[in-house]
Amino acid sequence: MPINITLNGKKIEAQPGQTILEVARGHDVRIPTLCYHKDLSPTGNCRMCVVDVKGSRFLQAACVTQVSDGMEIETDSPKAVASRKLTLGLMLANHSPSCVTCDISGECELQDLAYEYQVDAPVWGMKGTRYPVDSDPNPFVRVDFNKCILCRRCVAACAEIQARDVWGVAKRGFEEIIVAGAGATMLEARCESCGQCVAYCPTGALSNKLSYGQGIARARQVTRVATTCAYCGVGCQFDLLVKHGKVISVASNPDAPVNGMALCVKGRYGYDYIHHPDRLKKPRVRRYLLEYKEKRLKGNAWDWIETDWDTALDLTAKKLREARDNFGPDSVGVLTSAKCLNEENYLMNKLARQVIGTNNIDHCARL
Amino acid sequence: MSNSMDDVAQKAEAFFVIGSNTTEQHPVFGTMLRRAVRFRGAKLIVADPRRIDLCDFATLHLRHKPGADIALLNGLMYILLDKGWEDKDFIAERTEGFDEFKATIMEYPPTLVSEITGVPINQLYEAAEIMAASKPMAVIWAMGITQHITGVRNVMTLANLQMLLGNMGVPGGGVNPLRGQNNVQGACDMGGLPNVFPGYQPVTSLEAIAKFGTAWGLQVEGSKVEIENAEANLQPATFQLSNRVGMTATEIIPGVLEGKTHALYILGEDPVMSDPDTHHVRDCLEKVDFLVLQEIFPSETAAYADVLLPGVSFAEKTGTFTNTERRVQMVRQAVEPPGDAKPDWWITAEIARRILAGTPGLPSLNGPFAGWDYPDTSAIMGEINALTPSYGGITHARLEAGERLQWPCPTSEHGGTPVLHVGKFARGLGKFTPIDHIPPAEEPSDDYPMVMSTGRVLYHWHGGQMTRRAKGLMQVYGEALIEINPEDGARLGLNGQTRVRVTSRRGSIEAQAWVTDRVPPGMVYANFHFPEASANELTQAILDPVAKIPEYKVTAVKVELTN
Ligand code: SF4
Ligand code: SF4
Ligand code: SF4
Ligand code: FES
Repeated sequence: MPINITLNGKKIEAQPGQTILEVARGHDVRIPTLCYHKDLSPTGNCRMCVVDVKGSRFLQAACVTQVSDGMEIETDSPKAVASRKLTLGLMLANHSPSCVTCDISGECELQDLAYEYQVDAPVWGMKGTRYPVDSDPNPFVRVDFNKCILCRRCVAACAEIQARDVWGVAKRGFEEIIVAGAGATMLEARCESCGQCVAYCPTGALSNKLSYGQGIARARQVTRVATTCAYCGVGCQFDLLVKHGKVISVASNPDAPVNGMALCVKGRYGYDYIHHPDRLKKPRVRRYLLEYKEKRLKGNAWDWIETDWDTALDLTAKKLREARDNFGPDSVGVLTSAKCLNEENYLMNKLARQVIGTNNIDHCARL
Repeated sequence: MSNSMDDVAQKAEAFFVIGSNTTEQHPVFGTMLRRAVRFRGAKLIVADPRRIDLCDFATLHLRHKPGADIALLNGLMYILLDKGWEDKDFIAERTEGFDEFKATIMEYPPTLVSEITGVPINQLYEAAEIMAASKPMAVIWAMGITQHITGVRNVMTLANLQMLLGNMGVPGGGVNPLRGQNNVQGACDMGGLPNVFPGYQPVTSLEAIAKFGTAWGLQVEGSKVEIENAEANLQPATFQLSNRVGMTATEIIPGVLEGKTHALYILGEDPVMSDPDTHHVRDCLEKVDFLVLQEIFPSETAAYADVLLPGVSFAEKTGTFTNTERRVQMVRQAVEPPGDAKPDWWITAEIARRILAGTPGLPSLNGPFAGWDYPDTSAIMGEINALTPSYGGITHARLEAGERLQWPCPTSEHGGTPVLHVGKFARGLGKFTPIDHIPPAEEPSDDYPMVMSTGRVLYHWHGGQMTRRAKGLMQVYGEALIEINPEDGARLGLNGQTRVRVTSRRGSIEAQAWVTDRVPPGMVYANFHFPEASANELTQAILDPVAKIPEYKVTAVKVELTN
């Protein structure tokens, strides 16, 4: 049975059990949130989403309050707006002073809201640096709790997405802080370095160590290309972040069909081989192919000589053709690749069968 | 997979994970399983000789001996049948061969099975009870099932189990092998196998030969064209599709020493690291007349290549991968290739074109897809659409428009197929196959008293060419580790001393020991990510007779302290 409520003066229908936030989003009414994320259980602790509910003495947190029949809700009443400003002011007072050098400036949800509500850190604020910066030795996750707003999204992401429970909350009041395990390092607390907590952290408290300082959040300088992971068969999708022609980071793409925001350590942090100096950049052939008749595996005959494509391709074609014509098509073996594209595998199959005339084609499915 | 990952994770009442270290090998799917157990209360039975991470979430962990999978499964089916817990309607309506199968199962009573597998009898009963009570149950496996001499038989036994329970063709059920590499599924789909054209059309089928022969402009059966070569020493080439099943990777390379293989064209694979019995592989590669390798790094295999062609990584090309649940997805170019490196499809097409152009007297090949001029991979996909029924409707344009497609997807109107075998099996009735336990090829002996199993770890990938060049991954897992049980560690006197030598009949490696009860006493576990201590120096090239998969999971070894 739908129920009737009034949202910003408009009468609308809602389902019992829905939260005010869900109903509002369903009707394109925006309520700002910070600790809430649609993938995670709401905790209702940041108080950004407060709204005015007629007849109730206190403002209600829209992300955890369920609608009831006849409820009259005002999402941007002066009281609600003032409360949000106060909340933001308190957060900024407790926050690291400099957005300018922050790695996620541009994507920070706290910064976005502070801007929207035009709130600066209060003059009485700025407690300075309370915690060591970059405080955890995890090679991928950079921890700076001076920027933490205690929204607990990291706790929920680790527990509910990764089912790993690395993060928890310790102490109370002003001393309250996020901790790994019982005050251990992340890896000691059995962190799998999946980076889910980083992806869900709304601020720069958790960021990516590998790409730190490269400005991954500065949208004007970075292009995002959605693609598919090249490691395992799960087939996660994510965005490659590209700056000056280089992949500088991997970011979750919430539209990814298989994995949503989730990735594993290889997919999220195993990308730096792309620009590794060992990458092959020119075709190479053994010297004997250019200078001698016979194959010799020793001495300088076996040295690599860098060549142009025509030389290498013509040599290759000639050698494969000779094997085919001297010893028959089945003397050629073709190993195609489970790492390469479908289109490339198709061509390898066509080459083996049409051009060589053999079915000796396989790949490492068995290995 | 017969079902999709999401389907299984959302709808299965129970999971039976056997021979899959899911949280390390398919990590994001592993977390889906953990969530299903934790938040939905799904039951989880893990069958694995090792106490893998997923065991923390398991309702029950069956720690059977390596290579005893069939005995274990037959034993469970014995209990199911003995108690009358089989799905009688499903068996009657959708299967055949039940009686003969049942006769075999009845030879596996719990006492015998417990003896072969080392699993206590009460755990066998407990597992059978969970399976009978929690439907649908999804069976999930990976290389732990297939990398045995009995790999194919193991898989058929799992199919028997799912038919017995009526878990086939239903959401949340099914048989779900997890494919290892990102595009193993696609490589198989595209005919990267010795017995089938793209779309699993058999190379022995006259119909398929005629279809591809016509498309690729070749002579079809009966009208052989022989081309006398101008260069006198060459034999005449025949331009016809071969109707003989070819050799597998595990036969092609050893074929060098048998005089069968003279030239090798290898794309992005690293047999020195990934194939069994490294010493023998090196020997073969050294002796082959010609080896062309197309790679992004100078891999271990590159040392044996005559020509090395620089291909590109996934970030430098556009096309598609197919994941383990048959989902075809776009890969998009993000950056330019380094130096002169070229997309692999371009290189392959160039080689093909040059071989054809260099064949004197070759008549022009006439067929709709005879040529090799592809402007981009979308044009190649067009050719795939035309020749591969299950990919008939999967175009780059549809994927770019945001459609989510799992094959079979035969036409451009078809929306794809998330769950296979709904209502009926591909071959009509599902067939029960009676299957007996066979012990592994190499059992522990006095000289080699322990069993080694191999695999990968969370932080590395296969031969390690990519992950060993990722610095963060190396910080967490920077060298090969041999997992060994504390009991064995104590027996060897491993106190303080941490390096061990592991020796099999084929070779020897030295590495750091990781003393852990992840492995049971009598077993060690090693990976093949690091060339200086690769487990494949020790493994043997003994193959499953049908699938030709090497038995990586059981090698008899001895372990000693190094000095
Ligand atoms: S990286 Fe992953 S496992 Fe580690 S703390 Fe964050 S969410 Fe948890
Ligand atoms: S670390 Fe980030 S996600 Fe965690 S509580 Fe602090 S601000 Fe929130
Ligand atoms: S991110 Fe991890 S789980 Fe996902 S496809 Fe890549 S390797 Fe597999
Ligand atoms: S968003 Fe509702 S309390 Fe934080």
